[in-house]
Amino acid sequence: MAEENALTSKQLLNELTAKHYEGALQAKAEGKPVAWATSICPDELLAAMDITTVYPENHAAAIGARKEAMKFIEQAEGDGYSSDICSYARVNMGYVDLKHADAQDIPMPDLIFSSTNICHTVLKWYENLAKKLHIPLILLDMPFNHTYEVSDNATKYIRGQLENAIRQLEDFTGHRMDYDKLAEKMDMNNATCEWWKKATDWGKVNPSPLNGFDMFNYMALIVCMRNSEDGHKLFKLWYEELKQKAEEGKGPWNSAEEKYRIIWDGIACWPHLSTTFKTLKKYGVNMVTSTYPSSWYKVYETNDLDGMARSYTGNYANRNLDFGEDLMSSLIKDFGVEGVLFHSNRSCKLMDFRCYEVQRRITDKMGIPSVIFDGDQTDPRVFSEAQYETRVQALVEMMEKNKELKRRGDLDV
Amino acid sequence: MFLGIDIGSSSTEAALISEDGKLLAVAVRNAGTGSRAYEEVVRDVLSEAGTTMDDVRYTVVTGYGRTLYKEADRQITEITCHAKGVRYLMGRVSTIVDIGGQDSKVIKLDEDGNVKNFLMNEKCAAGTGRFLEVMTRVLGCSLEDLSDMADRSTRFIPINNVCTVFAESEVISRLATGEAPEDVARGAHVAVAKRVMGMCSRVGYSPKVVMTGGVALNSNMVDALSQELGLPVEVPPHCQAVGAIGAAVAAMETYKKIMGEES
Repeated sequence: MAEENALTSKQLLNELTAKHYEGALQAKAEGKPVAWATSICPDELLAAMDITTVYPENHAAAIGARKEAMKFIEQAEGDGYSSDICSYARVNMGYVDLKHADAQDIPMPDLIFSSTNICHTVLKWYENLAKKLHIPLILLDMPFNHTYEVSDNATKYIRGQLENAIRQLEDFTGHRMDYDKLAEKMDMNNATCEWWKKATDWGKVNPSPLNGFDMFNYMALIVCMRNSEDGHKLFKLWYEELKQKAEEGKGPWNSAEEKYRIIWDGIACWPHLSTTFKTLKKYGVNMVTSTYPSSWYKVYETNDLDGMARSYTGNYANRNLDFGEDLMSSLIKDFGVEGVLFHSNRSCKLMDFRCYEVQRRITDKMGIPSVIFDGDQTDPRVFSEAQYETRVQALVEMMEKNKELKRRGDLDV
Repeated sequence: MFLGIDIGSSSTEAALISEDGKLLAVAVRNAGTGSRAYEEVVRDVLSEAGTTMDDVRYTVVTGYGRTLYKEADRQITEITCHAKGVRYLMGRVSTIVDIGGQDSKVIKLDEDGNVKNFLMNEKCAAGTGRFLEVMTRVLGCSLEDLSDMADRSTRFIPINNVCTVFAESEVISRLATGEAPEDVARGAHVAVAKRVMGMCSRVGYSPKVVMTGGVALNSNMVDALSQELGLPVEVPPHCQAVGAIGAAVAAMETYKKIMGEES
């Protein structure tokens, strides 16, 4: 009976997103502390200390998707921030001044919590926030892993910072860390991440029940709800829906068939989400996976701060090229990927720098075609629809050629 | 007969191929997307071949304005069309450099003429025909005269800015300090060649290298590129219409494939 009234995961996603922001605004109104944190950070520590957290990157993406970014970008650029700086940073710095977005409002922070495993722009961006708003900054320096595996030295260095962050949080809140509660948050984080991984793994099925652009949307909650019961519920439900679709042999869309399976490398073009999606769908191209499922797979043994350190510094963006090549190669193999669409994202120097070399290695090793298009995660000015479509079409033509060769038995990929 | 149309950003071409694969007619108009030049080039090739649309079995359209020509049976990218066009005109080729009005591309082909890899210029106009157009404005000459002007250069003046807008100011200031327009013109060609050379290196290039697109009509540009690559660069006949010829070839192949499947 209850089943009939049950929400779909998409409805639950929307409901939980609203709840996340309303909860944060409410907490602020009640005088409770609010932190702003980077998108892949050990926020279990914040949750265990009852600090409400919002994520400027999520917020900037939402503003971008609602085509509202320019107002904030212009504000930040007018304030002296260069147009070469990450557009998430520009949107967020603009928001600090304007304090209102039609897309969504967030409470101003009392604490900044920043982790450099995602990039080094956040180092100065978040420091600037703390300085501008006269609030404390907790910084976790997670150096780029030049070795294939995370080194023991890096682990020790980050573990020390996690312990220090706990002390800083105790000073900030005026109460001691409740380690039982922290363990609960870690447990929940691990469980949610497992469902995230299991759900996104449905992209391996052919046709894929997973539409990769849905993954872009669900990603917002793996950023902010890893350690909450709500997040756990959502990803489990999404998994079950995808499982059912897979069992029924359903592809990613109702109105079209999946003809080609690709990896989209990089962040979405939020201001042009619909164009980028529809163009791919028009040619039957489905993004079956990306490097994101593994980036938020933050699983480690509960109460193991070394494991926590290794996990948080070990995401794709913070790993060396050999690791990147291997990850991409195994995704291509496991997900039956036929081509790669690289987003040369003007905002993200870290991703752009590696993009050409990863492309070269993957093309040589895996023999599948790929193209690069220019765009940006939130700055709508850095994208040309016609150029995008030409590249997508070229990718399709090359994938089709491979299919043809495969049919004739001339290509054993 | 098979019709290929290439609606580019600054010019439009059409090509007509006979049932047995002979090139019957080629037409070029210097007006691109945004104009109705596609109607004119279609009329031109049909009249040159003394035929009508009724005899055209299949049409392929390519180029930035490819969605404008609604009557086409199929759209194919310029990348595939250039590969097919070059194969048709020049036989076995390893590298194609196409410098168009808005896009430059370097296409690497396999032994059978299939696209192995390709690279297109990034968003800006550096390394495209537009860069040279902007230079003609500053140098006060026509596109046709630019090549001859650069041929008369006696001294190398580097143009360092990659951005077309900044390069324009750089050229103005070079001219203002008394540099000869001929030397500045050559500098502009070398700047484009260097940019394209960077793309060639990334994709990987080897002989035979063929240059297509309207800019291939500019012999100084071909020479500058050849010097950068350290290899001869060949220019096919109808270099401006290679995309349209490739589209016509694609039309023929597609039609024959469909017929083959049906029988």
